[in-house]
Amino acid sequence: MEKSLPKHTAENLRPPLTNIGIIGWMKANLFNGWFNSALTLLVTYMLWLLVPPLISWAFINSSWLPSGDQCQAGGGACWSVVTANIRFIIFGFYPHELQWRPLVAMIILIALLFYSQNRSHWRKSLFYAWTLGLFVMGVLLRGGVLGFRGVESNLWGGLPLTLLLSVFGLTAAYPVGVLLALGRQSKLPIIKSFSVVYIELIRGVPLISLLFMSSVVFPLFLPEGLVINKILRAQIAIILFTAAYIAEVVRGGLQGVGKGQYEAADSLGLNYFQTMRLIILPQALKIVIPPSVSILISAFKDTSLVVIIALYDLLKTTQTTLSDPKWMGYSAEAYIFVALIYFVCCFAMSNYSRRLERELDTSL
Amino acid sequence: MNSKQTEKTNDEAPIIIIENMHKWYGDFHVLKDINLTVKKGERIVICGPSGSGKSTLIRCINRLEEHQRGKIIVDGIELTNDLKNIEKIRTEVGMVFQHFNLFPHLTILENLTLGPIWVRKTPKREAEETAMYYLEKVRIAEQAQKFPGQLSGGQQQRVAIARSLCMKPNAMLFDEPTSALDPEMVKEVLDVMISLARDGMTMIVVSHEMGFAKSVAHRVLFMDGGEILEQNNPEDFFNNPQHERTQLFLSQILD
Ligand SMILES: Nc1ncnc2c1ncn2[C@@H]1O[C@H](COP(=O)(O)OP(=O)(O)OP(=O)(O)O)[C@@H](O)[C@H]1O
Ligand SMILES: [Mg+2]
Repeated sequence: MEKSLPKHTAENLRPPLTNIGIIGWMKANLFNGWFNSALTLLVTYMLWLLVPPLISWAFINSSWLPSGDQCQAGGGACWSVVTANIRFIIFGFYPHELQWRPLVAMIILIALLFYSQNRSHWRKSLFYAWTLGLFVMGVLLRGGVLGFRGVESNLWGGLPLTLLLSVFGLTAAYPVGVLLALGRQSKLPIIKSFSVVYIELIRGVPLISLLFMSSVVFPLFLPEGLVINKILRAQIAIILFTAAYIAEVVRGGLQGVGKGQYEAADSLGLNYFQTMRLIILPQALKIVIPPSVSILISAFKDTSLVVIIALYDLLKTTQTTLSDPKWMGYSAEAYIFVALIYFVCCFAMSNYSRRLERELDTSL
Repeated sequence: MNSKQTEKTNDEAPIIIIENMHKWYGDFHVLKDINLTVKKGERIVICGPSGSGKSTLIRCINRLEEHQRGKIIVDGIELTNDLKNIEKIRTEVGMVFQHFNLFPHLTILENLTLGPIWVRKTPKREAEETAMYYLEKVRIAEQAQKFPGQLSGGQQQRVAIARSLCMKPNAMLFDEPTSALDPEMVKEVLDVMISLARDGMTMIVVSHEMGFAKSVAHRVLFMDGGEILEQNNPEDFFNNPQHERTQLFLSQILD
């Protein structure tokens, strides 16, 4: 008697089989209704058409050896175009025997970025680590001191150049953008109109024309003999361009912070800078994390436009490789490779932004 | 009631003096010839119909709004466009808002220590001790590490009061501190304000809580159409209102 009792209590009832496990999941997500069922079948059919050939092209019939001899015969992907030219694609014209230097610099950069991800590391020591890291990276790339052979910046290229332009372009553009957004809200007419004119002007021209001006027009105005490094000029153009977009996004965030927050800060006697820094910006910037990251991602990809002023960034070194008759037919493979590199970087950014949003969420 | 009469308000030391003050929003004359002197330790409740200018008046006292004519002197400092004076006055006069206006991205403790640390330059340790002291006082110390969004309205308003107190103000302004609260939370906030009154804080409170006015106010002001129409001690104000608009208003809110 007593033993059979538990069978009738509610907790002991198991859910019907179709609600759990893989069948339940499929029923709920793939086959709920005839329309979704038809879509599921259609998509499955297309995947079946596409995926096996893709796998056999990319992996089974593909050739990987740098020599690339079997490429013609194999019929699959010729990854040899990447493996044979990897050093040129990644490092451009940087002297072959010195390429460990940009490699180490990139590793330092990535390590620093990785370490900076964690907000509990945002202390003074991180600032020192970055200063030291930047110095070491500079020495490694440039050389000319400490017994390192000097390497002219016109030989820099490939991935280090892309990372250099984007990491510093974006980190510098952000504060400039914030200042412009604050300027646009300023009560001082000069600052306000400067910000408005700047933002609207920059947003009215394409990045290419800015890059072009920075490399062709701008030097005309410099006093004779004064030459500003081409990479630096491109860097500045990217910063100025991205900052204008950041400014508009941040302005939206500033408007999203209620009037009551300003009043509360005022009534405590905080001055303008304290109010902005401690109360308004932390809230405004949090609101605009998603659109900011969109801008940063597109700015990152836009760094490839520096080809227009003959800088050899990652995309340009790849194109150059493909202009070699031996590799001409294999652009798909080479572009897939660089696309993967771009994707990894962009995905890391958007992933991090989502994490930051979660961590900063205090409303619960 | 007894305690209120035995308590001394220092006649020699008015802390807030408003003389012939006018304010306009564009063409709209919001405040008309306001004269008001508040002595140290005095507690004033301001009531009046919606739109009569109550909020505007107390917001002029710490320069959240700018007046255009007349004089406002707080703690011996006249409010002019001098930013230094304005910031000084704001540190001396605390303000509690209808919608609390806590800083949502900071913990309760950080909300309380921000002002003392950045404005008064108090060492962090000391600021935190003071903050905990006032959190105890408003009976909410156990929530110190939470964020404002995790607290009920009544708790948030008590935190807001504690935040003002941490600046050790000489006077406190309250703009309808209980009108955004659910009825069951009104009492916990009023209790905190009553205990503040017992400690002798100078308070100007915009409120329609007549029970509160009766028990702690020295003076009740009635505003209408941007003017102070009538002012009196609470007994006479409620039992024997002079002005017919005061009578009308009281009959409306006492029902
Ligand atoms: N920023 C502003 N610009 C223009 N008019 C305003 C502004 N703020 C308030 N007013 C007007 O000034 C008048 C007085 O407003 P105030 O907020 O002081 O009234 P109140 O007595 O506090 O009313 P309530 O009880 O509704 O809070 C109202 O008619 C209001 O519409
Ligand atoms: Mg009001």
